[in-house]
Amino acid sequence: MPTVTLTVNGRQVSADVDARTLLVQFLRENLRLTGTHVGCDTSQCGACVVHVDGKAVKSCTTFAVQCEGADVVTIEGLAKDGKLHPMQEAFREHHGLQCGFCTPGMIMSAVDIVNRKGAVDEATIREELEGNICRCTGYHNIVRAVEAGALAMTGKAPARQAAE
Amino acid sequence: MTVTAIGSAVRRKEDHRFITGKGQYTDDINRPGQTHAYFLRSPHAHATLKKVDIARAKTMPGVVAIYTGDDVAADKVGGLICGWMIHSKDGTPMRAGPHPILAQGKVRYVGDHVAVVVAETLAQAKDAAEAIDVDYGVLPANVDTAGAQAKGAPEVHSEAPNNTVYDWHIGDKAATEAAFKAAKHVTKLDIVNNRLVPNAMEPRAAVGEYDAGNDALTLYTTSQNPHVARLIMSAFLGIAPEHKLRVIAPDVGGGFGSKIFVYAEETVCVWAARKCGRPVKWTADRTEEFLCVAHGRDHVTRAELATDAEGKITGLRVKTIANMGAYLSTFASSVPTYLYATLLSGQYAIPNIYAEVDAVYTNTSPVDAYRGAGRPEATFVVERLVEAAAREIGMDPAAFRKRNFVSKFPHQTPVIMNYDAGDYKASLVKAMDMADVKGFGKRKREAAKQGKLRGLGYSTYIEACGIAPSQAVGSLGAGVGLWESAEVRVNPVGTVEVLTGSHSHGQGHETTFAQLVSSRLGISIDNVSIVHGDTDKVQFGMGTYGSRSGAVGMSAISKALDKIEAKAKKVAAHVLEAAEADIDFKDGQFTVKGTDKSVDFGTVALNAYIAHKFNPQELEPGLKEGSFYDPTNFTFPAGCHICEIEVDQETGVASIVKWTAVDDFGNVINPMIVEGQVHGGIAQGVGQALLESAIYNKDGQLVTASFMDYAMPRAHDLPSFDVGMTVTPCPSNPLGIKGCGEAGAIASPPAVINALTDALGTENVPMPATPQVLWQVIQRQSKMAKAAE
Repeated sequence: MPTVTLTVNGRQVSADVDARTLLVQFLRENLRLTGTHVGCDTSQCGACVVHVDGKAVKSCTTFAVQCEGADVVTIEGLAKDGKLHPMQEAFREHHGLQCGFCTPGMIMSAVDIVNRKGAVDEATIREELEGNICRCTGYHNIVRAVEAGALAMTGKAPARQAAE
Repeated sequence: MTVTAIGSAVRRKEDHRFITGKGQYTDDINRPGQTHAYFLRSPHAHATLKKVDIARAKTMPGVVAIYTGDDVAADKVGGLICGWMIHSKDGTPMRAGPHPILAQGKVRYVGDHVAVVVAETLAQAKDAAEAIDVDYGVLPANVDTAGAQAKGAPEVHSEAPNNTVYDWHIGDKAATEAAFKAAKHVTKLDIVNNRLVPNAMEPRAAVGEYDAGNDALTLYTTSQNPHVARLIMSAFLGIAPEHKLRVIAPDVGGGFGSKIFVYAEETVCVWAARKCGRPVKWTADRTEEFLCVAHGRDHVTRAELATDAEGKITGLRVKTIANMGAYLSTFASSVPTYLYATLLSGQYAIPNIYAEVDAVYTNTSPVDAYRGAGRPEATFVVERLVEAAAREIGMDPAAFRKRNFVSKFPHQTPVIMNYDAGDYKASLVKAMDMADVKGFGKRKREAAKQGKLRGLGYSTYIEACGIAPSQAVGSLGAGVGLWESAEVRVNPVGTVEVLTGSHSHGQGHETTFAQLVSSRLGISIDNVSIVHGDTDKVQFGMGTYGSRSGAVGMSAISKALDKIEAKAKKVAAHVLEAAEADIDFKDGQFTVKGTDKSVDFGTVALNAYIAHKFNPQELEPGLKEGSFYDPTNFTFPAGCHICEIEVDQETGVASIVKWTAVDDFGNVINPMIVEGQVHGGIAQGVGQALLESAIYNKDGQLVTASFMDYAMPRAHDLPSFDVGMTVTPCPSNPLGIKGCGEAGAIASPPAVINALTDALGTENVPMPATPQVLWQVIQRQSKMAKAAE
């Protein structure tokens, strides 16, 4: 069994894992970080999104061993010193969640969108959320939340950003 | 102390755990010594099981146990039940085949459960399942809803000749036929209500655990109604008596109806836990969910509307074939009957209605309630007919609706329902104003200049919620009563726990229910906890579906609060040394009329428990009250949705330009949460109309069994929604609530299709209206136009 060593939410962890272990399994089963969810197994729904070295990654299609030496942040690691991340705060303030199952992946993707694109408008947000499915909210309030979270993160008004 | 009023858009109490990754869903639960279950599922839609040999698989690494249908039969585990008896026209009871939790002798759909492997790891369970040697005697499959009853169609259950579970009807056939004979105009539509997969984002999951010391079982499961699950597993399957079976439904990641039902997998987990002596965990992957969750809709309908010379509707006639799938799921039989045909009057005064419904078995996944459950199908029939009729007789669709609206209440329809309150014209007028219908002609002309076809579609819907008066549903065949329970426990420090039989899986009960308590008792919502989803904590409850948690669940809480208030007044009278009749209670303060003497709620709570100030012979210590609330009528949410859509003639791509919703849900506790429910419902309805369809090929293979093949609505498929409200309080419950959970999914599909048929100039636009479908319609229309030249 290969050994994998990585940093998760600022803490270094090391474990012997079956080579086929997915990053999401490693997080949920080895580390008991159950905030990251599996919704589809086919990289479509985004419930499993975490940040690996600062980029949004679908942890259901990433092997744990691919993350050797990487810096991983999950939903549990987003709040700092007991203070919610502005995007978490925005999801609560704008009722951007109902059942909460897609929410961790949705928030991690939203933070990544703003990290990459800065202040984003509605059309950009809707395009960028292509890889995250929510069955409860109809996205209306998720879009409002991401707009507000982007404003809080950047201090800038929403703007149309070019598609990649 | 801040009181949170009814009507306040307070932010949700439950959100903190969800936005920080601290929710506890079933798959997040792990028990010591836990094993993993994997189900070997049939790859064939219809086959006999000639041999199921587990000998080699049992020797595979990590295998704890393997069970098949033989073990289920040997343990005398009962079959899954359908809890609503429907009778055919001739009075005979519905014809239901057996529904074992592991297949016995035959498999009837792709995904049917052949065996379960219990192993140390999931990977080991999967490997061992591959080593099970099954000899299938493959039979022809019956997958076509409309053709299921045809002569020679493969028979799914020998108990149901011609695959007919029942042929049911409602209404006055002779009077309706007479109305059609006398009609000035008859509008006819052939409608397919497409089959959908609910797809809650959390796949179903279960953990069964056996406590040998107490001979007791615990099941953690993804359920909308854990008490009903316990009742069925105890009374019908014989898993364990109720006092030895605890069912816990923790955080549940969406349900939309699909988690009402008792499924084979969760039952197997709790049964196997006792059998192998270790906790057994199972979590569906998304494809298993597609294959085996109960699907929704799947109706084939011929519908006709009769009108007179003045544009008044005189009759409505419907013949529907409803696909039940391979087995009758828990409430399947009620969906295309009492939840469907009883709503065929819509918002209209229709004097004559007759509906016939045949329910058929096919070799497909069971079909049961999915958000709206029968009411979206009824609304689609009525609203498509009304729109088409208006166009055919040359009336404006809004004017035609207004002419036929029910305007006096109560209104008895010819199909059971007694509408108690509403103002249908008010919601239509408000929606038309918000949607700027007056400016539509100009917008349509401008769109045409860009090569876009623009259309406007109405849906003035009604539904029946708050299910339901137990006596009434009992007389219609329901196997259970549909009341709800609540217990309010006031602690000595004045904080409150509410135990409710309702279950929250996204609806925000922890907030809205706390708002009710806060406003009634004058305490902060932070001092109120809502306890639900555990049969050991909450004595009994009927759960959450049919938009019933507000109208029924909160009414039970309200009744329990009445009792709390009454008793607290007695305690306060002793504390204040006044007569009980002189005590007033307002804003959390008990006062003596005409004096400045007062005491707050917390002090009264403490005095109820220390019991120093009153004689326990006259007044019992403590402050805890319970209530069972049984509604006296259904509730009737109604409203108007208007869809404005644009179709690209070159590509067939439809874009919703503007969505306007005006709903009447009666009194509203938290408008933020209510609007969120509307948004989500519209998204699912738009999904049905434009994107989603579960498709079986002729061999019964589900070819849309992943998110790569089944088009779930994504953010860029939808617009923002313009949501407004009108209010006529519901007269039948103490809070005046009607319910809001399903309205969006009920209202929206006909609004979309009415907009598309308006844009394209033909009534023949099927669902889902994908770009391919629309492109073909555009080509057909253009050919016909050329031929006519």
